Amino acid sequence: MNHERAVKEWDLIIEPHSSIFHLSLRDLWRYRDLLFLLVRRDFVSFYKQTVLGPLWFFLQPLFTTLIYVIIFSRLARISTDDLPAPLFYIVGIVAWNYFAECLTKTSTVFKDNANMFGKVYFPRLIMPLSIVMSNLAKFAVQIILLVLVIGYYILFKNYHPDTNLYILFFPVAIIMMAALGLSLGLIISALTTKYRDLSFLVTFGVQLAMYATPVIYPYSAVPGRYKWLLEINPMTGIFEAMRYGLLGRGAFDVSLLSYSAVVTLILLIVGILVFNKVEKNFVDTV
Amino acid sequence: MSTAIKIENLSKIYRLGEIGTGTLSHDLHRWVAKVRGKEDPYLAIGEENDRLVKGGNVVYSLRDINFEIEQGEAVGIIGRNGAGKSTLLKILSRVTSPTSGRIHLKGRVASLLEVGTGFHPELTGKENIYLNGAIMGMRKKEIDRVLDEIIDFSGVERYIDTPVKRYSSGMYVRLAFAVAAHLESEILIVDEVLAVGDAEFQKKCLGKMGEVSKGDGRTVLFVSHNFSSIIELCRKGVYLKNGRVEVIDDVNKAVAAYVEKGQNNTARFKDHLEYVTANQVGDSITIEAKYNTDIDVDFPILGFLIKTNLGVPIVASNPLIDLVPYPKGKITKEGVVKVTIKSPKLMDGNYLISIWFGNSNGNVVTEHDCMSISIYGMSNQKQYNTAKVGHILPVCEWEFYD
Repeated sequence: MNHERAVKEWDLIIEPHSSIFHLSLRDLWRYRDLLFLLVRRDFVSFYKQTVLGPLWFFLQPLFTTLIYVIIFSRLARISTDDLPAPLFYIVGIVAWNYFAECLTKTSTVFKDNANMFGKVYFPRLIMPLSIVMSNLAKFAVQIILLVLVIGYYILFKNYHPDTNLYILFFPVAIIMMAALGLSLGLIISALTTKYRDLSFLVTFGVQLAMYATPVIYPYSAVPGRYKWLLEINPMTGIFEAMRYGLLGRGAFDVSLLSYSAVVTLILLIVGILVFNKVEKNFVDTV
Repeated sequence: MSTAIKIENLSKIYRLGEIGTGTLSHDLHRWVAKVRGKEDPYLAIGEENDRLVKGGNVVYSLRDINFEIEQGEAVGIIGRNGAGKSTLLKILSRVTSPTSGRIHLKGRVASLLEVGTGFHPELTGKENIYLNGAIMGMRKKEIDRVLDEIIDFSGVERYIDTPVKRYSSGMYVRLAFAVAAHLESEILIVDEVLAVGDAEFQKKCLGKMGEVSKGDGRTVLFVSHNFSSIIELCRKGVYLKNGRVEVIDDVNKAVAAYVEKGQNNTARFKDHLEYVTANQVGDSITIEAKYNTDIDVDFPILGFLIKTNLGVPIVASNPLIDLVPYPKGKITKEGVVKVTIKSPKLMDGNYLISIWFGNSNGNVVTEHDCMSISIYGMSNQKQYNTAKVGHILPVCEWEFYD
């Protein structure tokens, strides 16, 4: 008799409620190929479906910048921190777009993938992660645009931005923005499985949130009694620091940044937990 | 032999009323109603949303399921619509989780509730093989290894670098199946996916899956309405009825139990139809349906399909197929449809009946195998073994010449 084999452990146990803190990282790691294939799918299908392809990644921020220059700088005369207006806006627009896309796309992840989620198991967290990474690829392309615009100002306008060592913070800022967008998206996605109408609120809410973040105006231009409004926004510190490293205007405010980091971490943990809880039975409620 | 799947006290409850209200405003309404001590405005009349009273508005999709499956066994799961087959497969596939109880599994699980999940029309055949394989849980390396086999099996190698949106539906299905057939797993869960694709290719896939099951000890769970393929592929059968295991036995016995015991000649419905009943009247069969619905019935379309007790279709019809003239200008909500089937004459035995109901816009009711009819003496002739001579008595005219 082969008793050792008989008592061999089970490979998988399906139970009603695994602990809320049960996050199968090993499972997630095992599906890493899927993550990359999904990112690839998003990228390939995007440029196959459009005539201009990746050029869109350039056109959209360029036109938005143009509009902002006309409206906010020329007409409304909002300060751009002594920077040339196009430079000031384009950094904000590109960064904000990344954050906004991560958030809105993640928030509809259940709805968009209901069919797939209803048919196959894979760690659901792979989907939002693939969204963040797909957008990162797009963001990387847009950074080239940023470099080109800055280069244009140096070469043709003889304007030399005070780019400094704090530019090394840029990757950290990207990760923080991604994490923030991801975690807010996860929380909203969990809520939208129950309340569909929240999804309308998201697009509109993100639009409004942009005005509560120093995207079209610098932190320094905000009157003192409204400053607290910006300070509770975890994006403020990140945006100011990015602009400071890249263009030498703004502020590398350690206290604002550590606040952002703490908020991001808390939201990320909450987001992953609620997402994990909802994903188990979401198929029943759709 | 060791146990590959062990299911213990598995239950799945769906709460009606609590879910499906959809919007935040609805939930706010219910909350306000609750605070003011009024009835929940979104519950249907006669329902009560009392979570303490079990069985009030909770539905047991599965109730205390217990069984074990040995490694290498092929098991067919049968039962009517709503018996819990799909729920069981969904839980086994980890698409949803059980309400109580647990399942132990040994080995990798591949579940085919659908083929071609995640196919993207813009990607090429090859790119989709990778994506679909990865969604099904394969590593890229594993796909690399079987890629040529998959392409070969699908028979679409000429178009493998063409976006799948240019594929014919047949090619699309073949490619999807080919990936599914090459999943490496110890446990394979197959839903009625084999109902699509052409017959020859289906046979090839069934063959491939059966071969693996006998070959290297793969455990197969198979759900289908086609009993002949279940009997062909499986040795053991599990018959689910109202969320419970009614019979677990040799596949032939389970299928027989499903056909004989679990049925009667009248089916009752929750919506649209009150009842449908089938009777043998002399040498005809009548099927009568009483409808009482909220849809506008301009033309009551009652469809029926009669199958043998092994699930092989014999005859089917509805007023559209029969070219019944469209009745003008009368819209009803209630009424009776009655059809008398004068031919063919059936041999003695039990037959399964599936029912469809709807108006000229489409069906609102689809119930497979919802009733059965037992035929006796319809043909008024000596009875032969239907397994040998078939189920239908031909209407013949004989002439003899010198």
